[in-house]
Amino acid sequence: MYTNKTDIQNYPGIKWPYPVDYEKINRISCDVLILGGGLAGCAAAIAAARRGAKVAVVDKGPLVRSGSGGTGIDHWHDACLNPKSKISPEQLMEFYFQNPYWGGKYTMGHMRYIQAMESYKALLELEKIGLPIRDFDDEFEGSAFRDDTTGLMYAYDYENCTVIRLKGGALLKPTLSAEVERLGVQAYEYIMASHLLTEDGKTGPGSRVIGAIAFSGRTGECYVFNAKSTIICSGMPQGEWIFSTEFNGASSKFWDPNNTGEGQAMMAEAGAELTLMESNYTICANGGMRWPMYGTGDSNNTWYGCPIVDANGKRIPYTQNGKVMDWSEIYKNTWPGTGDGGSVTSGSLGELPGDLPEKIMSGEYKLPFYADLPSMPPDERRVLWGLMIGNEGKTNYPVYKLYGKYGFDPDKDMLQVPVMAPKSNFNKRAKPYWNGEVYEPWRECQKCSNCAVYDWTMKTTLDGLYVAGLTAGNNFASGAITTGAYAARNAWKAAKQTELIPVNEDQVQKYREQIYAPTKRDYGIGWKEFKAGCARVMQGNCGEYKSDEVLQNGLDWFKSIREGEMQQLYARNPHELMRTNECYTQIMVSEMTLTASMARKCSSPTMNFKRLDYPGTDEGENEKYITITVKDGKYTTGEIPVKYYLQAPYAQSFKENYDKYCALED
Amino acid sequence: MDYSEALLVPNPMTPNTAIVFNEDKCVGCNRCVNVCRADVLHPNPVKGKPPIVLYPDECWFDGCCVLACRIPGASELNSPLQQKVAWKRKETGEFFRVGMKDPPPPNNRPPVGEKPLPHGF
Repeated sequence: MYTNKTDIQNYPGIKWPYPVDYEKINRISCDVLILGGGLAGCAAAIAAARRGAKVAVVDKGPLVRSGSGGTGIDHWHDACLNPKSKISPEQLMEFYFQNPYWGGKYTMGHMRYIQAMESYKALLELEKIGLPIRDFDDEFEGSAFRDDTTGLMYAYDYENCTVIRLKGGALLKPTLSAEVERLGVQAYEYIMASHLLTEDGKTGPGSRVIGAIAFSGRTGECYVFNAKSTIICSGMPQGEWIFSTEFNGASSKFWDPNNTGEGQAMMAEAGAELTLMESNYTICANGGMRWPMYGTGDSNNTWYGCPIVDANGKRIPYTQNGKVMDWSEIYKNTWPGTGDGGSVTSGSLGELPGDLPEKIMSGEYKLPFYADLPSMPPDERRVLWGLMIGNEGKTNYPVYKLYGKYGFDPDKDMLQVPVMAPKSNFNKRAKPYWNGEVYEPWRECQKCSNCAVYDWTMKTTLDGLYVAGLTAGNNFASGAITTGAYAARNAWKAAKQTELIPVNEDQVQKYREQIYAPTKRDYGIGWKEFKAGCARVMQGNCGEYKSDEVLQNGLDWFKSIREGEMQQLYARNPHELMRTNECYTQIMVSEMTLTASMARKCSSPTMNFKRLDYPGTDEGENEKYITITVKDGKYTTGEIPVKYYLQAPYAQSFKENYDKYCALED
Repeated sequence: MDYSEALLVPNPMTPNTAIVFNEDKCVGCNRCVNVCRADVLHPNPVKGKPPIVLYPDECWFDGCCVLACRIPGASELNSPLQQKVAWKRKETGEFFRVGMKDPPPPNNRPPVGEKPLPHGF
């Protein structure tokens, strides 16, 4: 029988289980240092190590499962070069530029093109190291989504075939981490990197990155890394607007909860330029109101194509441009889609009627709704509940297997759709439905945002510093793997022509004092109250509607918190030390978000960015990236053109630039 | 633990437990401890005993701990009550949910592509 006998409350006052030493410094030298060992970080480590680099990877969790893709992936995006694809990488770029959901005109186009060029090749590489990707046992033989020659299975769009369903994608991270280990890469796990080290300790634009300082969340020991090239793959900031562990732990976070923005903070601190810091939305943000991801009845995203019925079993049709679709049309999604997101990337081509809220209010459809899995064609049902739910992140155990333990059977059962307010939540805002109720001041960073400015080698504006994955604005598993490998090839190419520059000990000492300060206090404010307080400032001062005065009020608040509560953060063990250092990160990322928001003197529908004082939109001269970094101890903003990656000194076409910088021969 | 004597303890954490163990089956190998990204679990000071659930409030509920467990029935993910999803049997209209008392027989059909984990996990 399961019990809670080993809850901490039954072990009052016991000692920390790991040996703690806040004074010890471990020193490591390497060619390529990778901060963040998720999909991008592991792919980077593999690419660099295979070419002969000495590689170190640092992660706040264990490589076997860490990162946002650590628990699996069900479908592989933008495999434009697979044999069945009818979409070229160039065509795909047009799709991204037209779709605000994926970045629209602010898409980091070079990153998406790299993904389109290398996605399929990367998938075949993963198959070589043991990841099952095909329908190896012919379970879906003859299905419309399966190519019977290759055994590859496609998702969403069965005509144009750019998205591949992965049979066995739940094993992606364990497969990658096994290869990382086999190649002899040094993994530093349960360790948080918090500051970059620079040549002569000089920071600001023009400085050179030569490593990083980190510490263990288990032993508290310090790690000083000295490297020729450093790649940041630490994901995207989360929790600037929302901090709530009370309802469902860290499950209010979409990405790995260890993604707290230290990559962005340390890059800016060193002097690298960041961009799209002002881009955020409510879609993925819901405090403690979220349901298990992918784990409620739905018609969107992974659940595309599942019929939804009302309380009386009446089916709600899928529509396209207001026209009711028949069943065969739903599964023959063709590109380019007209629904939000389109079929190539999100499977939202068809959707429930736009006037569904009115129809609920009038009584035409009765709540609650259910996902009518039993009425689906058997192969479509099994691929939805079995392949997609079963291999996608956070579905294998918490949804597929746990529901199965309580008897859930997709052949017989209809999973409930959460009951939500019809007006606001049965249309675009709450999709997918497992996001639950949304509230405008509860926000998160947009999918392509909060990234570094980088060139065609994926080098940031600082020498020695590269980015990949979410930190480069790429939200897909295929994008993390491809950009990770691409950045690593270029980082290693540069490292081969570089000598190791020794770290500056004054800089190490300065950062150590900052990192360990919370261990020297036994009274003050704990990390959770601190994070929740900072989130409140952002809800109030960087919510749906912004103005110079309100944003300045937010900056005044953070200045005051820096002088007050931030000097009182306490840490009673190495874990709390890690979380208190995330507090520093959170306040810095939030300040940069406010500052970049002030610098954008217009509204932007693409970014879901609304200024009360500048209602004009971002057309013409306002169509630009706002950049931000730290110079002389102050946040400094600037601007660069959209599509800067197709302007001098770069060539005008994606292909020419890719061919020149892909570093495949090195 | 004997609760008959009143104790001076903090309120129960929310979520309460996140992961629960069967003390008769768990051998305290700590595989789950070392697969958790958030260090929710910590080794028990008593060797062979289940790990201590220290930070249930930081659980992401990804289930990696249970997937890493090699002993059937030794550990279970315990989603908070507000995360326990319900469904309706189409033919009968019966109400079922995750965590219910006396559930119907389990559906043990494995997901598509299920293979043993590499890397010992």
